[in-house]
Amino acid sequence: MKDFEFHRPASIKHAVALVAGTAGAKYLAGGQSLLPVMKLDLAEPTALVSLARLPGLADIRVDGGTVAIGALCTHDQVARSADVAKAIPALAELASHIGDAQVRNRGTLGGSVAHADPAADYPAAVLGLGATIVTDRGRHPADTYFKGLFETSLADGELVTAVHFPVPKRAAYAKFAHRASKYAVVGVFVAETAAGVRVAITGAGATVFRSAAMEAALTTSMTPGALDGITVPTDDLNADAEASAEYRAHLCVVMAKRAVAALR
Amino acid sequence: MGNAQGIGAAVKRKEDRRFLVGRGQYTDDVTLPNQSYAVFVRSPYGHAKVNGVEAKAALAAPGVLAVLTGADVAADGLGGIPCGWLVKSKDGSPMVEPPHPALAQGKVRHVGDPVAMVIASTKAAAKAAAALVEVDYEPLPAVGLLANAIAPGAPQVWDEAPGNVCFDWHIGDPATTDAAFAKAAHVVELDLVNNRVAPNPMEPRAANGNFDGANDQYTLYTTSQNPHLTRLLLAAFTLKVPEHKLRVIAPDVGGGFGSKIFHYAEELLVLWASRRVGRPVKWTSDRMEAFLTDAHGRDHISNAKLALDANGKFLGLRVHTYAAMGAYLSTFAPAVPTYLYATLLSGPYDFPAIYAEVKAIFTNTVAVDAYRGAGRPEATYLLERLVEKAARQLGMDRVELRRKNLIRADQFPYQTQVALQYDIGDYQATLDLALEQADYAGYAARAAASKAKGKLRGFGMSTYIEACGIAPSALVGALGARAGLYEAANVRIHPTGSVTVFTGTHSHGQGHETTFAQLIADRLGVSTDQVEVVHGDTDRIPFGMGTYGSRSASVGGSAIVKALDKIVDKGKKIAAHLLEASVADIEFKDGQYRVVGTDRVKAFGEVAFAAYVPHNYPIETVEPGLEESAFYDPKNFTFPGGTHLVEVEIDPDTGVVEVASVTIADDVGVIINPMIVDGQAHGGLAQGIGQALLEEAVYDAEGQLTNGTYMGYCMPRAADLPNFKVGNHVTACTHNPLGIKGVGEVGAIGVPPAVINAVLDALAPLGVTDISMPATPEKVWRAIQAARAGKGA
Ligand SMILES: Cc1cc2nc3c(=O)[nH]c(=O)nc-3n(C[C@H](O)[C@H](O)[C@H](O)COP(=O)(O)OP(=O)(O)OC[C@H]3O[C@@H](n4cnc5c(N)ncnc54)[C@H](O)[C@@H]3O)c2cc1C
Repeated sequence: MKDFEFHRPASIKHAVALVAGTAGAKYLAGGQSLLPVMKLDLAEPTALVSLARLPGLADIRVDGGTVAIGALCTHDQVARSADVAKAIPALAELASHIGDAQVRNRGTLGGSVAHADPAADYPAAVLGLGATIVTDRGRHPADTYFKGLFETSLADGELVTAVHFPVPKRAAYAKFAHRASKYAVVGVFVAETAAGVRVAITGAGATVFRSAAMEAALTTSMTPGALDGITVPTDDLNADAEASAEYRAHLCVVMAKRAVAALR
Repeated sequence: MGNAQGIGAAVKRKEDRRFLVGRGQYTDDVTLPNQSYAVFVRSPYGHAKVNGVEAKAALAAPGVLAVLTGADVAADGLGGIPCGWLVKSKDGSPMVEPPHPALAQGKVRHVGDPVAMVIASTKAAAKAAAALVEVDYEPLPAVGLLANAIAPGAPQVWDEAPGNVCFDWHIGDPATTDAAFAKAAHVVELDLVNNRVAPNPMEPRAANGNFDGANDQYTLYTTSQNPHLTRLLLAAFTLKVPEHKLRVIAPDVGGGFGSKIFHYAEELLVLWASRRVGRPVKWTSDRMEAFLTDAHGRDHISNAKLALDANGKFLGLRVHTYAAMGAYLSTFAPAVPTYLYATLLSGPYDFPAIYAEVKAIFTNTVAVDAYRGAGRPEATYLLERLVEKAARQLGMDRVELRRKNLIRADQFPYQTQVALQYDIGDYQATLDLALEQADYAGYAARAAASKAKGKLRGFGMSTYIEACGIAPSALVGALGARAGLYEAANVRIHPTGSVTVFTGTHSHGQGHETTFAQLIADRLGVSTDQVEVVHGDTDRIPFGMGTYGSRSASVGGSAIVKALDKIVDKGKKIAAHLLEASVADIEFKDGQYRVVGTDRVKAFGEVAFAAYVPHNYPIETVEPGLEESAFYDPKNFTFPGGTHLVEVEIDPDTGVVEVASVTIADDVGVIINPMIVDGQAHGGLAQGIGQALLEEAVYDAEGQLTNGTYMGYCMPRAADLPNFKVGNHVTACTHNPLGIKGVGEVGAIGVPPAVINAVLDALAPLGVTDISMPATPEKVWRAIQAARAGKGA
């Protein structure tokens, strides 16, 4: 690990200015994605701007049809939130299966969404529920937010402050975890929303994506059986030692069925 | 039992307090005045010529004290890392024993092979400077996989080892085996792979070397399972300084599983570097370095054939095995696939004929050496997969086929066809106990319940034996060992009756500080609180060969008992004097010397006190003081055995295997501390299940380790395991004073084939007949797909 500066600003404005003004600076939230890559010298930021002291970013508010979760809310906080469990039980459930207890105690929603790891869980809920990513300078709809491998529509230095999740009629998340890392090999989020059925799949491709075929089938009949015969094309799927593209494609359908069976 | 804390008592572990409060002292915790730090520049190639090492920029970096290379190692005359065991080929020729310089000279032969050593005043400085060392590599064709290394035309790891063969060894009688097969009614054949695993002790390796120039004295702190062996190899082969100038300390060590037995180059290099830079030099492996440089385990490819008569009685066994050695021969590597593997191929069965051939093969990987079980898990896996296949092929019940062939209790001592003589056991009893504890009778109902949930349930078993209590020195010497494998102990009674025990075994998780204290409590009638067990320091302990091969209690404990016998005998003479009786009339029981048949007694503490304050004392015939040493060399191996039963539930949609239950019944001989024995069984089972379902160190053809981090290499966790049911049926070992056999490895030995047999049992209705370890979800899913496709076609 290379030497770096460390800042702990007390305002969003100051944090944004620090990152904008320092070449190679990065925000530090829970550090559960950033620190591992720094330890391996795969990221060598010149400065870390800690978000720990920023006010107002660790709140969860349920407001009519929206659950607004601050960027600094830890996975554990979301998993244990009675408000989240009541409004969107699938979201609390999803958070409770991220990594392990240590990771959940440190890792944050904002960090996960900003990092956009292809095997992360939250992106499935963000896209599956059609959430909105709120930043220091604007709003990003989920449908155009995830661009590719670790790529989002955030501008350089743009700070995620919250994610607004619309409350669905019913939703569920089914995850097939990597045996070693516990990240999603395949995770499928299924939601019945006011705007229709949404199916978002994480882990399988370069970034989270929706399955139009599954959404169409489930719009006809919201049953696991409706997904019989659907195949996910393997062309753009990830392949690694844990799972080939073919196996991932198969798991997409299996996990989608399990999510449908678990809708709440 | 004379003492509530003695043999048989589940005393809580004395050492756990310091571990639980974070006060263990591990090698990396030792920071000496003026400490400096070493980081190694390691080969990124499986095989390459090293045309040059340019260290100018690194030497100029801040804080750098030295950059040392293979040329410096050669110039200073350091010895190569030796192999501790010579195996001879069938034709009598010695194994190919290539050089193993501590830092590469001219060539690197595996990823992680050290090329240069950077020493700096901080670890960060050393690491930064290491990145500045420029090595001119010329990549050569490499062979990372055992399967490729044995193919014709494979790249050569060593010029002197044509076909990459280190040795071509055999055991057993080919003629009687041929005859057995000739008259067989059935022959069952199986090809199988024993997957390569990385040891992954919680504490990575570390070494801190200090040369005291004023006294010409070297001190090494190291993560070792056997500091005396390390000192011996340093003194005789690598550093080449006499033992009295060399102190090796293995303080608290966080697990080893075999991988910390061996003498590694880093241990030599930190001592040597300390002499060169005039400061202590510390190296601590990081986890990725551990994956690349700790000796791995297993890695066999085998073909096995079993001959049976019409009734299912075993007639003969023929085995051919290729065993990977890696690029260099590690300390015990040649012994593992030979004397710790092929000699176990009779298992717990009565076999009239066995013939096994083993070819040891070099590959461009880190060394393969002993890993929990070492050879015996490979033998057990082969045999139990084969026996299971036989039951299916012959349409016989798996339990009955085994029962029919198990050595009967009245056949002991039993001479196998592969050199070993089992002293005692009762394999039918452990089989019965396991079946009863597992409610085998209720299995059909459980299978039906799984089916109702859409799951496939399978039952798998293994009846196994192992040889441990390593080892009779003369025997292993005849087999090529270059060291004796006895054990040493020193028992020091203090004037007030408290006790310090110095043992040559080494505890790195096993709980010796408790178990050995219990031996003392049992024999002397003192409480375990009055006993201190000291291990891991060559200056404090007379000698010792360390801990591995489940030897500590049976061999190390026996040495302690021998020393205790001497103490008790000397105490008798003192007590006789104090009690004014003849020595022949004194008995020692429950901590008291008594004139037989009277109430005239002297407590052990009083006798100890008299020994140190010899005012009223038989000074003409008995020396003052109460301290005795003993060496114990075992007469034979010990032979634990038993039955392991596993039930799995498979999700046919995903291929995920869940271990539903594990029930074992072992005979580990006399048990000192049942809690610790259960814990050892539990840990071994976790590793065995890890090997069967989760773990594999995957090299690619070019010798790159593809999964050397915890993001890829899957260690077993609590959630992957059920609660274990552990039972014991004891037959006491006949040839050591305690009747102990050993428990350190049984879990890792017995359970892998039981897991795979259970997986195959679950999948059998679909037509799946084979699956390799680890049975990962995708592998299981593919097997199901292939079987379904095959059936449909
Ligand atoms: C062992 C392990 C297992 C894991 N398993 C899982 C799993 O199963 N599922 C899963 O989803 N995740 C998993 N994770 C990742 C974990 O959830 C991380 O917490 C998450 O990906 C990143 O959040 P963080 O707060 O730790 O971000 P950091 O690591 O602090 O930051 C990550 C990146 O996001 C940037 N960033 C952080 N916050 C913001 C913000 N508010 N605005 C803009 N940019 C920001 C940082 O600059 C950095 O580039 C695992 C991690 C580990 C170490």
